Amino acid sequence: MEITGKSVFGGIAIGKLAIFAKAYHQVNREKIEDPQAEIRRFEEAKEEAKTQLGLLYEKALKEVGEVNAAIFEVHQMMLEDLDYVEAITNMIESQMVSAEYAVATTGDNFSAVFAEMDDDYMKARAADVKDISRRVVTILQGGSSFELAAGEPVILLADDLAPSETVQLDKSMVLSFVTRHGSANSHTAILARTMNIPALIGVDFPEDAAGKTGIVDGYKEKIIIDPSISVLEEYRRKQEEEEEKKRLLLELKGKEDVTLDGKSIHLYANIGSVADVAAVLANDAEGIGLFRSEFLYLESKSYPTEEEQFAAYRQVAEMMAGKKVIIRTMDIGADKQVDYFGLEREENPAMGYRAIRICLDRQEIFRTQLRALYRASCYGTISIMFPMIISVDEVKQIKSIIEEVKAGLDEESVPYRDVEIGIMIETPAAVMISRELAELVDFFSVGTNDLTQYTLALDRQNPKLDSFYDSHHPAILKMLQMIVDNGHAGGCWVGICGELGADLTLTETLLRMGFDELSVSPSMILRVRQKIRETDLSA
Amino acid sequence: MKEFKYVIKDELGIHARPAGELVKAAAKYPCEVKIEKDGREVDAKRIMGVMSLGAKCGMEITLRADGEQEEEAIAELSRFLEENL
Repeated sequence: MEITGKSVFGGIAIGKLAIFAKAYHQVNREKIEDPQAEIRRFEEAKEEAKTQLGLLYEKALKEVGEVNAAIFEVHQMMLEDLDYVEAITNMIESQMVSAEYAVATTGDNFSAVFAEMDDDYMKARAADVKDISRRVVTILQGGSSFELAAGEPVILLADDLAPSETVQLDKSMVLSFVTRHGSANSHTAILARTMNIPALIGVDFPEDAAGKTGIVDGYKEKIIIDPSISVLEEYRRKQEEEEEKKRLLLELKGKEDVTLDGKSIHLYANIGSVADVAAVLANDAEGIGLFRSEFLYLESKSYPTEEEQFAAYRQVAEMMAGKKVIIRTMDIGADKQVDYFGLEREENPAMGYRAIRICLDRQEIFRTQLRALYRASCYGTISIMFPMIISVDEVKQIKSIIEEVKAGLDEESVPYRDVEIGIMIETPAAVMISRELAELVDFFSVGTNDLTQYTLALDRQNPKLDSFYDSHHPAILKMLQMIVDNGHAGGCWVGICGELGADLTLTETLLRMGFDELSVSPSMILRVRQKIRETDLSA
Repeated sequence: MKEFKYVIKDELGIHARPAGELVKAAAKYPCEVKIEKDGREVDAKRIMGVMSLGAKCGMEITLRADGEQEEEAIAELSRFLEENL
C-alpha cells in the first residue's frame, strides 16, 4: 500500500512503523463549585508546565541548538501571557467550569486566531498555542508524558508532533517522521532537516499501520506500508547506494583536483561571510575564490570603518592559513541595497549605479576598503577582485587608486604585501575587450549569472522568464572560450565563480576550454571534485 | 507619550522568537507600551497579541509608550527593532 504526501526532507528510511500516542485525554465540560480553588489548580499546573518547558529548553539546547530550542522559551512566555491567563481565569469564574475545560477551550480559541492568519509561518504557530494548552491539561489530569515503547528504531507516524513532543523523543530511535498535518515550516520539518532524516507531511495513514514494516521515500514523496519482498529489496539497495555515495564523497577529502589524464584545476569556494569559512575548511576547498565583501556593508548601520573591515579580512586570511583568499570589493546596488548609501530608486537597477561604479564615483568608500584589504594582506594570501568592469579605463583608474593607497601606507610605514589583482568578467563588454583587459590584471573570474542575464537580456528576478533562460546558451559557451583564450594570451589565469562553475553537466566542457579555477559553494566542493576526478580529457 | 514608527525589514516579520524578545524587553518598563498596525493596537507586553498582529516584512508598525520611563522604553525598543527586525 502506497500513500503520497509532501516531503520536507529527502532520503530513504526503512523500518517498523509506530504510531505516536498522545497522553492527552478528551476534556469534557464539567461544572465546578469553587472557582477560586479551580483557579489555584490552574496556577499550579501552569507553574509545573513552565518548569517542564525550562527543562525541555535545556535538553533542546544540547540536542538541536539554540535557534531550535528558543521555541520553548516562547512557550514559557505564552503561558505567562495575560490575555491567555485572564481568558482562562475569567472562564472559570464566569462559567463555573473546570480548569481543564477552560484551558482546552482557550487554547483552541487562541490557536484559531493564528490558524486564520494569511501567513504560513503564523499558521504553524497555532500548533504552539495548542501545545502549551495540552501540556497544562495533561498536568491537570495527572497524566504523565509519553514514551516511545519500541525497542528498535522506528518510522514515527503521528497526527502532528508538537515541539515539546519531538524534543522528548529519543532521537536515536527515530528513522523518519510521517505526519497527517503539519507544514514545511513546522517544528517537525525543521527537526527532520536538522537530524538529516526523511520526513513526510500530509500523509493520511491508516490506524492499523502500527507494527507493520514501512518504507519512507523522501524523494518520491511517499510511504509504502507492508511492501512486497521485491520492493523492500529494491529499497534496501537504494539505501545502501545512498550511504555509499555519502561515504565516497567524504573519502574525496584530501584528494587532488585532477582528471584521470592528469590535468589539474584549482577548486575554490564562494563565501558571503566570515562564518562560512568553517564550511570551506570542512569541505576541503583549496582556497576561497569569491569572498563577497558586501556582508560588511549589509550588516552595518553605517559605512564599515577601515578597522572593522581589516579585522574581518584578516580573520579570514588567518583562518585559511596561507591558502588563497580572493576578496571581491563591494557589490552594493542592484538587488543589494543599504540605506546609508542613500541610493536613489532606479528604473533598471541591474544596469544601474552599483559596484565599481559607486566605488569610482565615491572614492572615499573605495579607498577605505582598499586600505583595509592591503593591511590584511600581511596575514595570508589575499587577492583582490573588482566587479562590473566594462572598460580598460576603469581598470586603469582602479590601478592608479591602488598606487595612491599603497603610497599612503608607505608614508605611514604600514606593512602590506603584493597582492594579485583580478576582475570579474560579467558584462558582454568585458568579454569583447578581454584581450586588452588581460594585459592589465593577473586574473579573470567569470560571473556567469550576471553575464548570462546581460547577454541574453533576461531579467534574473522575473520568474515568468524562466522558460526562456538557457544557462547553456551557445552564446555563453562561446564567450567562455573567448575569455579563457584571451586571458591566457595576456598572461592571466582564468576562473569561474558563477553558478555554472558548479554545473556538473558542464565540468568536462569547462576543463576542455582550459579554465584554471572553479569556485563553487562549499557544499558543492566534493561533488565537483568527484566529477573532475572521473573525467578523462584524453578520451 | 512617546512614539516610534518602524517598517519591518526581516523577511519573516515579527515571528515567534523576536516577538518573545520584544515582549521581554517591553515588560521591563513600568509604562504602558502598545504596538499598532493598520489601526489595530495590542499590548506590547503580551506575546499572543504581538504575534497575532501578523506584522510582516514591509509593513509599518507604531510603537507607543505612555507613563513612567517612556523615553527609556522607546529608546531600547526602537533599537531592538532596528537591530532585529
